[in-house]
Amino acid sequence: MITSCRGPTKVLDRFLTGLAGRPQPILLDLGPVVGTNVTFFGEEMGCKILVEDLSKDVDRHVADATLDALPAFLDTRFPQEGETIDGILCWDIFDYLDRASAERLARQLKRVLRPDGVLLASFRTAVAPAPRGASRPTYTKHVVVDRGHLQHRPYAGLRPKQPPLVNRDIQRMFEPLRITENFLLKNNLREVLFRKPSAI
Amino acid sequence: MWKRDEAVKPTSGPVAPTGSAVASQFGGSPSASHPEPRQHGREVVNIGKSVVIKGELSGSEDLTIEGQVEGKIELKENVLTIGPNGKIKAQVFAKALIVQGEVNGNVTATEKVEIRDGGSVDGDIVAPRVAIADGAHFRGSVDMQRKATPQAGSPPRPAGAPAPAAQTQTPATQVAQPAAR
Repeated sequence: MITSCRGPTKVLDRFLTGLAGRPQPILLDLGPVVGTNVTFFGEEMGCKILVEDLSKDVDRHVADATLDALPAFLDTRFPQEGETIDGILCWDIFDYLDRASAERLARQLKRVLRPDGVLLASFRTAVAPAPRGASRPTYTKHVVVDRGHLQHRPYAGLRPKQPPLVNRDIQRMFEPLRITENFLLKNNLREVLFRKPSAI
Repeated sequence: MWKRDEAVKPTSGPVAPTGSAVASQFGGSPSASHPEPRQHGREVVNIGKSVVIKGELSGSEDLTIEGQVEGKIELKENVLTIGPNGKIKAQVFAKALIVQGEVNGNVTATEKVEIRDGGSVDGDIVAPRVAIADGAHFRGSVDMQRKATPQAGSPPRPAGAPAPAAQTQTPATQVAQPAAR
């Protein structure tokens, strides 16, 4: 049995602060849909939420043995017009992408993000053992407990985590976004908050 | 006009397809998985598994759909339940929507939308309250703002317009609260 655990988040609070002051921020969530998160962001933050679960796309490409087509797929994955999104929740999706796919995804996210928009992502920094009880790859649902805590709920997936990205590569991949917060948590997870400069 | 048979539970008002082509009459046996018929004096109409409706469906009674509907569904004052066997490819307008089957299309509810375990929605949801269970599938957007009651001084921002520099209230406090909480 795969167990869930609760952990701190340092950047979520900053991410939410980055959204505050906008009449109805548009939020793009790249993780699986989580009912309590929809309530949290929709009711408490007044966001309009777009759910685009990328793990399902990754799984489909694994199942169809078309992973080499994943980077090209990501080029056309997001129908949103440019600079229309106020905040993006990537969670840990980059941990499951190869380098080429990660770059294509980052390019698309930079395109849709509005100037002054914020992007939250986490990256593992070390090869960690699979969660206890997991005999095959797992993804994680990130459930917002409050502004400072997340519940991590693993669930079965098809693609294992890919080799970790180094800090410099992350920075380059997201240029010209600026890293405004960068925390290395005790569990070797790097939480990063990016912000798109007002004028690029 | 639909011909009712035993699959159609008692009605107290009209449920009429307007300008629609009904491919099949209401039919099939009442579903064993019929989700919680509403009490509280409300009548519930049930559309059976074998029924396929193409066109526009409107009415003033609570409705449970176990069959297939393509087109548009309007139950603005009532609860629409899509049963586990129900497959909807339609725009939906209802007071409340409970999804246990599949919905493909945009949904607008004045009260709430609930996607239960095993339920699936592909489309955009506009409702003041949205509940999505673990095990439900959803792809689209969720808008919980009440667009019908815009606040003075806070007109909707056009796409692409820059956000105001500062605001003292959070968005959630600027909108009217849902009637039923």
